[in-house]
Amino acid sequence: MPDATGLELIAQRVRDSVSAEAVTRAAFHREEATLEVAPAAVHDALAYLRDAGEEPWPHLMSLHGCDYLPEEPRLGVHYQLLSMERADRLNVKTRLGVEDPRLRSVVDLYPTADFQEREVYDMFGVIFEGHPDLRRILMPEDYEGFPQRRDFPMGGEPVLFTFNEAEYPRWYD
Amino acid sequence: MTDPLQVPYRERERSVTMEPVDEERLHDELFTINIGPHHPATHGVLRLLTTLEGEIVRDVKPIIGYVHTGIEKSCEDQQYWKAITFVERMDYLVYYFNAMAFCMAVERLLEEEVPPRAQYIRVLHLELNRIASHLFWIATGALDIGAVTMLWWGCRDRDLVLDLFEMSGGQRMHTRYFQVGGVMEDLPPGFEAKTREFVRVMPQRLDQYLSLLDRNEIWLQRTKGTGVVPVERLLELGVTGPLLRAAGHPWDLRKATPYSSYDQFDFDVPVGTVGDNYDRFRVRIEEMRESLRIIEQALDGLPEGPWITRNRKVALPPRHELATSMEALIHHFKLVTEGFRVPPGETYAAVESPRGELGCFVLADGSSKPARVHVRDPSFVNLQALPDMARGGLIADFIASVAMLDPILGGVDR
Amino acid sequence: MTRTKLPDDLRVRQLRAQQLLRGQLEGEDLEQEVEKRLLFTRFEEAQNWARKNALFPLGFGLACCGIEMITVIGSPRNDLSRFGAEVVRFSPRQADLLIISGRVATKMAPIVRRLYDQMLEPKWVISMGACASSAGMFNNYAVVAGCDKFLPVDVYVPGCPPRPEALIYSINKLQDKIMGNPGMGWRERYKAQGTEESA
Repeated sequence: MPDATGLELIAQRVRDSVSAEAVTRAAFHREEATLEVAPAAVHDALAYLRDAGEEPWPHLMSLHGCDYLPEEPRLGVHYQLLSMERADRLNVKTRLGVEDPRLRSVVDLYPTADFQEREVYDMFGVIFEGHPDLRRILMPEDYEGFPQRRDFPMGGEPVLFTFNEAEYPRWYD
Repeated sequence: MTDPLQVPYRERERSVTMEPVDEERLHDELFTINIGPHHPATHGVLRLLTTLEGEIVRDVKPIIGYVHTGIEKSCEDQQYWKAITFVERMDYLVYYFNAMAFCMAVERLLEEEVPPRAQYIRVLHLELNRIASHLFWIATGALDIGAVTMLWWGCRDRDLVLDLFEMSGGQRMHTRYFQVGGVMEDLPPGFEAKTREFVRVMPQRLDQYLSLLDRNEIWLQRTKGTGVVPVERLLELGVTGPLLRAAGHPWDLRKATPYSSYDQFDFDVPVGTVGDNYDRFRVRIEEMRESLRIIEQALDGLPEGPWITRNRKVALPPRHELATSMEALIHHFKLVTEGFRVPPGETYAAVESPRGELGCFVLADGSSKPARVHVRDPSFVNLQALPDMARGGLIADFIASVAMLDPILGGVDR
Repeated sequence: MTRTKLPDDLRVRQLRAQQLLRGQLEGEDLEQEVEKRLLFTRFEEAQNWARKNALFPLGFGLACCGIEMITVIGSPRNDLSRFGAEVVRFSPRQADLLIISGRVATKMAPIVRRLYDQMLEPKWVISMGACASSAGMFNNYAVVAGCDKFLPVDVYVPGCPPRPEALIYSINKLQDKIMGNPGMGWRERYKAQGTEESA
């Protein structure tokens, strides 16, 4: 984990190389370094971090999505970067609104993002532009809705107790 | 007409019958078959769309999702300690590792210290689970390749490990033994003796497996030289675990970023050279031996002390206190009905599971239920290496690659 | 040398057997003796007996219960071949017992149904584990709440996962059912005949 000062240096370097508004926040919480990046600059920021001269982060360990429902912007996509040389992790995250969740795909930088971006699309509806094959991976292909958003209902069957079993007909009725 | 017996084994691309098949006819016969979700390989419901040309695999598309259970969404509805039971059922052979990743993430959010005795007990169970998982892998993997005897032997020895789990946790699988802050209960009397007996017996069993497989001409022909992927490509694809170590890259989270007092143990990490299926097989067998060493050291050096954190806001108080102390009663009540609250934050904790890096991302919003639990499953990411392993090889080598890749579809689909 | 005194009914049986062999029995006595010594059977009973002792499970494991099922079939300790059911056939055309071992996701349900349809009569289904019998712990959008929503089930096995002994017990119960006398279970103990929900 880079410590707080190291994180600030990384944030500054990303701002210098990509653009001034790229990094919105750099947080160091519970010994974990998180760099928050604007959605339009994600691909360039990750490209810089991957080849960043003396301290590159060449491996993407996990790409996952998140729904911060009461807070806006709602959807978050996290990129967990790893450097095996320095045994170091860095978390890069970006926040998207749910109206137009488009991000540029990082499959060309990190081929491991293939299945993982498809999962984020399947579960949250984030569209990754430039992904070679963006279709649903875990749900059936013709499923409608994005299950892991917080406003998607849990589904399932109601549990029958004596006070409500009269309202739900059984299959043999 | 060439004598079929004179053709060298691995260089054959032509038919072995009377006439050699000429090149033009060979190229317009691309045939897509569906190795469906139900197939004789016992690795779970994986669907593979295979494009074949004769017996040579040209392309493979894995299609998953046939055991998708929505565990991550279900966890958002449960308290933290109830979510442990859900998370355990993801990668259903390595239940302790799933629980460990989740508990590590929550402990990091709570800034909770795990007592040293609990850490050693956790390491003990994790390594026992690693051995059990590798035993099941060799049992079913060898069954896929054709060595049926390994199924009986692997399951026989796995039963010994499951007996140990039943002693400490009460169940053979999915024991809910790891809790946030430690382990649920102390080791029962007799556990140490039985584990030492297991550690004494196991190395000669491993030698038995090697004597059955390692000098078997059929096994060597099927696994040597098949399913090779270069290390750079594996790193690009995010593959970790025995697959990466078999290709020569010594990355092991237990050594690189030690967690739960792994740095106090003395063990080696087996690393292969070529990265073919034979190396993956040998790496896992040697990992079992190293796990036995770790278990023995854990038993020898087991410190005294509590087995779960003393912080009553997180762990249940012991039952005898409930009769005397009012605070204990209130803590018990709050923990059981509402659960402990975790301050807002998000974190990612990774452990080294028998398949690779198993990471758990927890987003907490201050209530007693997690707002998002995501498990970065190693099998999900390792499956992306399957097309690279399969292209250009025969379909029999492809089946051997699937067996040695060791995917567990519960983790892939979650 | 004293001979131990034989119990009376054994002496009577011995005398009757002697008379039968010498041809000294007539009429009703003869009929009674012959009935006691011959094993009468009908063709269906013999067929059911053969079927129950040679079940061919379909090799089909879905999730964690599948691991326990493989342990039951493959482990020398809980060994299913003592009951004749060790021959696991992977083709549904050759199997007659479908053990749904594990949670049935919505994507998988039509495939399980197709497998069941491809099996030939007679066929039986064991729903193993909590997730296959009801939704188990996964009462959500992705899991079909019990495989009896699309399959007729003969035996349900509770547990998460059920112990291997529980699965073997369920196969024994299935064998009783095949023979034609399914146990009534708790209804017998509590005299609750007539409380079944379906005919």
